[in-house]
Amino acid sequence: MEFKDYYQVLGVARDAGADEIKKAYRKLARKYHPDVSKEPDADARMKDVNEANAVLSDTEKRAAYDQVGRGYQPGQEFRPPPDWDAGFEFSGSGASPNEAADFSDFFAEIFGRRGAAGGARFRQGGDFQMRGQDHHAKVLLDVEDAFEGAARQITLRAPKVDDQGRVHLEDRTLHVKIPKGVHAGQMIRLAGQGAPGMGGGGAGDLLLEVQFKPHARFRVDGRDLHIVLPVAPWEAALGAVVPVQTPGAKLEVRIPAGAQSGRQMRVRGKGIPASTPGDLYLDLQVVLPPAETPKARELYETMARDLAFDPRAATQGAAP
Amino acid sequence: MTDHDIIVGIALEEACLTLEQLAAACAVEPDWVVYRVSEGLFPAAGASRSEWRFTSGALRRARRMREIERGFEAPPELAALVADMLEEMDELRARLHRRGFA
Repeated sequence: MEFKDYYQVLGVARDAGADEIKKAYRKLARKYHPDVSKEPDADARMKDVNEANAVLSDTEKRAAYDQVGRGYQPGQEFRPPPDWDAGFEFSGSGASPNEAADFSDFFAEIFGRRGAAGGARFRQGGDFQMRGQDHHAKVLLDVEDAFEGAARQITLRAPKVDDQGRVHLEDRTLHVKIPKGVHAGQMIRLAGQGAPGMGGGGAGDLLLEVQFKPHARFRVDGRDLHIVLPVAPWEAALGAVVPVQTPGAKLEVRIPAGAQSGRQMRVRGKGIPASTPGDLYLDLQVVLPPAETPKARELYETMARDLAFDPRAATQGAAP
Repeated sequence: MTDHDIIVGIALEEACLTLEQLAAACAVEPDWVVYRVSEGLFPAAGASRSEWRFTSGALRRARRMREIERGFEAPPELAALVADMLEEMDELRARLHRRGFA
């Protein structure tokens, strides 16, 4: 595993004081805040910044990191010496094993042992019994999956305590069946797939939060489905019955005469299926045929001549 | 269990997380949540503490508030204000997205 230079991540000198570290962290936390940052790799950078701050803002962790990392360069292959932390007594504050799951293998290798110490205390407790914690993860689905249900292979990273009491981050692959009718933000429970319990306590659950991948044609809002429906000028002007393909069905939808571009039509109950199904919203978009042939030009010229039509009459007054 | 066992997921109701589950998912103490609910900074559905249930949206809000409070040593009221603004931004972005602009 690669050595991480936390001082370089925060852009501070190795002898930086606590105030300097705090200031550098806040500056970067604002720059890479995932909700507002325009940086393409903001998420990854924010994780690095959080991890660096978790170590350097904690006196114990910083001292341990300085000792174990002496002489290492960023990116260099890192191996901590055995029992390097024998002289340290950690107070137990700071990152829990669950939080550590957000951090790198490098972090887990150095600081994972503390979580194990906590576990050992629990194990000595005789009758002590505790249910494992619930774990949380996001699952990215296609819009179509909400209509048909889906089978997904999900790889999760979670801290695990080995026989020697050391904590490692371990990848775990689950094959999961997602029921149909789920919507964005919905939680899906996978019973018993969270952290293992202690002293015979049951395992926690894994709670998956549903998110949808962007789709070229469909947009999802809760259980409602939005589709842009292109129509020809004569379909919009005269009214028409046009086919609409949703992930769940092929529908025939009546466009009322005189419909304009931008008009929204609702088809009840044809959104994402559920006990109260969502609605389908069609955003009409009038598409003009190109005037590329003599015939098409002639038709447009006839309309221009015969229809006394000024599209700007309402906004700019009648044409002179 | 082998890698090929298929686990069947159960879709949960809109508001499904208990106080303890929400707190554990955000790596905070339940009292952290209780204080913010009692101050009106955080929405909870249910009459009493044991009946409170939280949505995935509440989980997102709790995590945002925790990050702002920890990272900037912000008071809970300020973190709640930032969370309000981020939620407003989410809503506006979703509207743009629905109209095909994003």
